[in-house]
Amino acid sequence: MSNEWLILFFLVGALFVGLVVVFAGLVAPQSTNPQKFDPYECGIPTEGVTWLQFNVGYYLFAILFLVFDVETVLVFPWAVVMKDVGITAFIEIVIFFVILGLGLLYAWKKHALIWE
Amino acid sequence: MLLNTISNALSTLSEPWWKVFYDFSSLTRGIDEGLRSSMSEFWAVTVEMLIIGVVFLLFYAVIGLFLVIAERKVCAFIQNRLGPNRIGPFGLFQTVADLVKLLFKELIPIKNADSFLFNLAPYIVIIVNFMVLAALPYGKGLHAIDFNIGIFYVIAVSSMSVIGVLLAGWSSNSKYSLIGAMRSGAQIVSYELSIGLAIITVVILAGSMQLSEIVEAQRTGWFIFKGHVPAFIAFVIYVISGTAETNRGPFDMAEAESELTAGYHTEYSGIKFAFFYLAEYINMFIVAAVASTLFLGGWMPFHVGNWESFNRIMDFIPPFFWFFGKTFFVIYLIMLFKWTFPRLRIDQLLTLEWKYLLPINLVNVLVMAFLVLMGWHF
Repeated sequence: MSNEWLILFFLVGALFVGLVVVFAGLVAPQSTNPQKFDPYECGIPTEGVTWLQFNVGYYLFAILFLVFDVETVLVFPWAVVMKDVGITAFIEIVIFFVILGLGLLYAWKKHALIWE
Repeated sequence: MLLNTISNALSTLSEPWWKVFYDFSSLTRGIDEGLRSSMSEFWAVTVEMLIIGVVFLLFYAVIGLFLVIAERKVCAFIQNRLGPNRIGPFGLFQTVADLVKLLFKELIPIKNADSFLFNLAPYIVIIVNFMVLAALPYGKGLHAIDFNIGIFYVIAVSSMSVIGVLLAGWSSNSKYSLIGAMRSGAQIVSYELSIGLAIITVVILAGSMQLSEIVEAQRTGWFIFKGHVPAFIAFVIYVISGTAETNRGPFDMAEAESELTAGYHTEYSGIKFAFFYLAEYINMFIVAAVASTLFLGGWMPFHVGNWESFNRIMDFIPPFFWFFGKTFFVIYLIMLFKWTFPRLRIDQLLTLEWKYLLPINLVNVLVMAFLVLMGWHF
């Protein structure tokens, strides 16, 4: 099958969720009790804003991830042609990985990999 | 009329009907030709779409429900108890009953929640699942879409499910959900790297990203045996990071019950919760299926060098069963991890990935490239 059939799988997923949710909305009971719609917080009323600031550590790891993920995308085409190109490709990727490893080492020494 | 077409397609096969289990391509071609001869092009394509859609829906539901009951049974086996055993033989229909129960539960709209994103999140998670399932090779000739960048497509699309998780956590207007989603995001993106690099190890060995070609390259031996030590290391890293990628124990920081109630899907009720639950199990199936395709030979039978008679016996088992046997073996491993290891803290989790798995993986890729260059692999 050609690649356009992917749209079919998108539609199957969307229809599956959509129809089941509509069906559940029809058969499920509806009762109103103001307290039921509160977000859960161990049974006590929620205090303050929910969308609060969180640990900056998450952003650090996200940035590191971005660097290494782009690297993965670059290495994939290399991996496919490695056998054909031979020793040149190998030397090039060694240089590339050494630079990348130095980057990781730098982040490591700067304590970017420590969770606080 | 449809049944007629299928029986026509079956009767035109030159081999006996059970040969279909060894090669599905003759069956699919038969159905295609039968439909095209009996109706116009447009209707033939529409009916084919319907068949494929229904087959994948059924497959999705059966795999999801079966894995939930399997998980509970494995858990019970490890904890030395019986597990669900009331509904149906050996409690096999327990999850069906659970699903029906969840279907009839109230869908609670949360106060001040971002209702558009709140409702959108299950769609993203499920659609991503379906789009990945479309690209997997299930058996000989049983492959919905065979991309030439197959494995790249699989990791690219499957990592989109993190968007669904983040949306679910953020839009719920609950602190537990938000913390769970952030943890889960950090964890999934971190382990994404290890998965990518472990897959690159295999791509070097196969010289192709097309899943059918990767499977075909393993005709003479599975990559886990062909690739010496680096392939085995890559397999171990892949299974560890696959477990983390699906948010399962011991890496289930995102839904650590003792601290976050249920993590990112705390506020979801009824069938919307069931979608997240189902998607988690299908994700586990996808991780295991990719592991078995890349490392354990996909639907290729187990062959040993020149033991002719042994190989013949192995060929007798249909490829279809080989694929699912290997996949469920990996799934069993992943379930075993969940029920035998204690949960990691988030700092341990990130240390494991960034200070151990990633450097090992980088070196591993180079070693594998060197092996392939020297022709030292089998």
